[in-house]
Amino acid sequence: MAQLTHRTTAFQKTLSAAILSTRHLSTSPITVETSVPFTAHNIDPPSRSVETTPQELLTFYRDMALMRRMEIAADSLYKSKLIRGFCHLYDGQEAVAVGMEAAITKKDCIITARMFEGEGRFDALYKKEGGFYGGHGIVGAQVPLGCGLAFAQKYSKDENVTFAMYGDGAANQGQLFEALNMAALWDLPAILVCENNHYGMGTAEWRAAKSPAYYKRGDYVPGLKVDGMDAFAVKQACKFAKEHALKNGPIILEMDTYRYHGHSMSDPGSTYRTRDEISGVRQERDPIERIRKLILSHDLATEKELKDTEKEVRKEVDEAIAKAKESPLPDPSELFTNVYVKGYGVELNKSLLELDLTNLSRFSVEQSLVLFSNIKLTLLVIDCISQSFGADRKELRAVLP
Amino acid sequence: MWLCSPLIHSYSSTSLSSRHRPNRHNPPPSPPPHPLTPPPRSSFSVKVACLIDLSSNLEVHCIERKTSFFFIHCDGSLTSGLNLRNSRSARLSTNAVATKQDNVTASTASKPGVTNVDETPPSKPIGNILEALREGLEEEMERDPRVCVMGEDVGHYGGSYKVTKGLATKYGDLRVLDTPIAENSFTGMAIGAAMTGLRPIVEGMNMGFLLLAFNQISNNCGMLHYTSGGQFKIPIVIRGPGGVGRQLGAEHSQRLESYFQSIPGIQMVACSTPYNAKGLMKAAIRSDNPVILFEHVLLYNLKERIPDEEYVLNLEEAEMVRPGEHVTILTYSRMRYHVMQAAKTLVNKGYDPEVIDIRSLKPFDLYTIGNSVKKTHRVVIVEECMRTGGIGASLTASINENFHDYLDAPIVCLSSQDVPTPYAGTLEEWTVVQPAQIVAAVEQLCR
Repeated sequence: MAQLTHRTTAFQKTLSAAILSTRHLSTSPITVETSVPFTAHNIDPPSRSVETTPQELLTFYRDMALMRRMEIAADSLYKSKLIRGFCHLYDGQEAVAVGMEAAITKKDCIITARMFEGEGRFDALYKKEGGFYGGHGIVGAQVPLGCGLAFAQKYSKDENVTFAMYGDGAANQGQLFEALNMAALWDLPAILVCENNHYGMGTAEWRAAKSPAYYKRGDYVPGLKVDGMDAFAVKQACKFAKEHALKNGPIILEMDTYRYHGHSMSDPGSTYRTRDEISGVRQERDPIERIRKLILSHDLATEKELKDTEKEVRKEVDEAIAKAKESPLPDPSELFTNVYVKGYGVELNKSLLELDLTNLSRFSVEQSLVLFSNIKLTLLVIDCISQSFGADRKELRAVLP
Repeated sequence: MWLCSPLIHSYSSTSLSSRHRPNRHNPPPSPPPHPLTPPPRSSFSVKVACLIDLSSNLEVHCIERKTSFFFIHCDGSLTSGLNLRNSRSARLSTNAVATKQDNVTASTASKPGVTNVDETPPSKPIGNILEALREGLEEEMERDPRVCVMGEDVGHYGGSYKVTKGLATKYGDLRVLDTPIAENSFTGMAIGAAMTGLRPIVEGMNMGFLLLAFNQISNNCGMLHYTSGGQFKIPIVIRGPGGVGRQLGAEHSQRLESYFQSIPGIQMVACSTPYNAKGLMKAAIRSDNPVILFEHVLLYNLKERIPDEEYVLNLEEAEMVRPGEHVTILTYSRMRYHVMQAAKTLVNKGYDPEVIDIRSLKPFDLYTIGNSVKKTHRVVIVEECMRTGGIGASLTASINENFHDYLDAPIVCLSSQDVPTPYAGTLEEWTVVQPAQIVAAVEQLCR
């Protein structure tokens, strides 16, 4: 969910940029070192030094703060029963989304798991124009879909890539290896990103996987292990992966990350790991803290300014929540919309009278007059003929005129 | 009823599924069915022709659909093609809609809108289902560069049943993709590709193998259009041979239509003749909804004359095979032939069965079926699915719900036995419905 928000925060980026421009920041690039060097499998790893700009640093901070705020808000909304179903929180893993976004374009496709299962309207969780192909409920099923997206990109010869994301739990799914085999066979521009937060729901990775080195599992497919709590490492790795995928085919990225919350809201997150572990990671590896330290050390903003950004972000999230609360629940008539494409079936009943009469111009005047004079009968007939019928249609008219 | 035709056409610009899509080419040369059934909804131009005809007082010939497998000579005469069903003589009727027979018979070469790749006269008017499917596939691949095929051995091998023979050399490896044996993931890949706008056709070497892809078909294929609020279309076609063959064993004799029928968001069609195989294949490819096209292993070599003109059939329409008065027999796929065999016997015994090939398994064409029920008041369903939870079971429920008042007797549903299909020939024969059983059931019903 947070990943989606990130994709739609282009507006916020410009806003924050506007705020920061008052500070007369130099646009000179800053070189940042990633926390740890990359570990590579079957490939030469990219360099540890990442070029960035002050603008980017502040944007990262803002975006991650926004994501963190959203996750916390989702937490409280779920607890107050405004969000139903399953709610999987992403806090702790913001760096992966933010770093990835920085490295790619809107034309590249992203497909992932995790969603609000059971929510009424899923529109917001897929965004075709942004190249976000959705959060999917069935673990691992999105990876073949992702390879399909990559296949289509290769077929249409557009120089874009697909990031098919999955977790360490899904990494043990057979369909992943099947998809990887095909992607490697046909050199599809697919980048498989394993967000390894070390726990598949309640099962630690060492209890589920014989080989927890997920980046090596591709065998003949090269892999890269990345510190997923460092947004710049993620950015560097994604850029590198994109270049590789466009030339040589698939590559696996393993993002070594961590989630603070449990798998879902019903999971306290502490039955299978200690609270010390969680707070330890939060102190040492928290992605937002890392960026904050970088910003302060490079003197790009003061503590107060960063606090202000956080407040602003909080306000934004609150406004969004208020707006969502105000929006009406879907109408019962919307139950059948979009089951099939183009008004097939039920919608026909409703749009009976919305006839497109422009085509009547094809006919001669006499014919049209004949038509119009019989319009009542005609509509009745249409009513019966076009009401179609099937075990799954909403209404049935079984009467002939 | 003909009056409404252009207005129905006006729907087509809001483009529903193939049912109302204007057929810019000549309409299917197959003429409409029995006068009591509604005009075929698939071709706009059919209706226009009718309108014009009536207003100018031309004779409207209603030729029984089944005799439409004709060969069009240049001088305009028609030769009735191979006919596996009873033929009826031409009737004059103002209810039925004429096809553009009159214009069509003028010349095969100079028809407006006919996409003949070359102008030479057709070389193979008689084809079997394999060839019909291949022709349909090839025409669609020619027409739309986004159409691609994926499956095991579809490319270089030419297809395990040769449906895709020659296509890989013509269109290349990416468009006719040989996949590894990984049904789950290549179906998933096809769905992912379809989300971006490609129109893949997934071939299951045998329908039974597609059970491995059930997750992808049910969760992703069927649901994505709905869950994404209409953002993603999945214009995919999943096809393959299924059904009980000749001693192929239990795993290779599966009928999956009953398993897939509950999935919301997909359409299912079953073809049974070369004519409808080609038409349904083309319609399925052009449809923006996911369509599962069920073919039958034993019907692949069935020969029939296939019209040369391009035609697309309606995905949701049933086919009137033989009009009658006494009983409605609903069937699909291979059982159609068993039913027609039984029908011969029944006719000799004095019965007049009406045989409808339902073709569209999801949704059912309750309009055609309803009209038939209203006429005959007795229904026999003959299917190859298992008894439990099969297509017949759903159809029985539908008909009972909607047409209960018109029924004079309970619906009889003849299905395969609820057993894994045995390898032994005699046992295998007993699992599926045989013509003798159909005759007995009709006799019992009409008593």
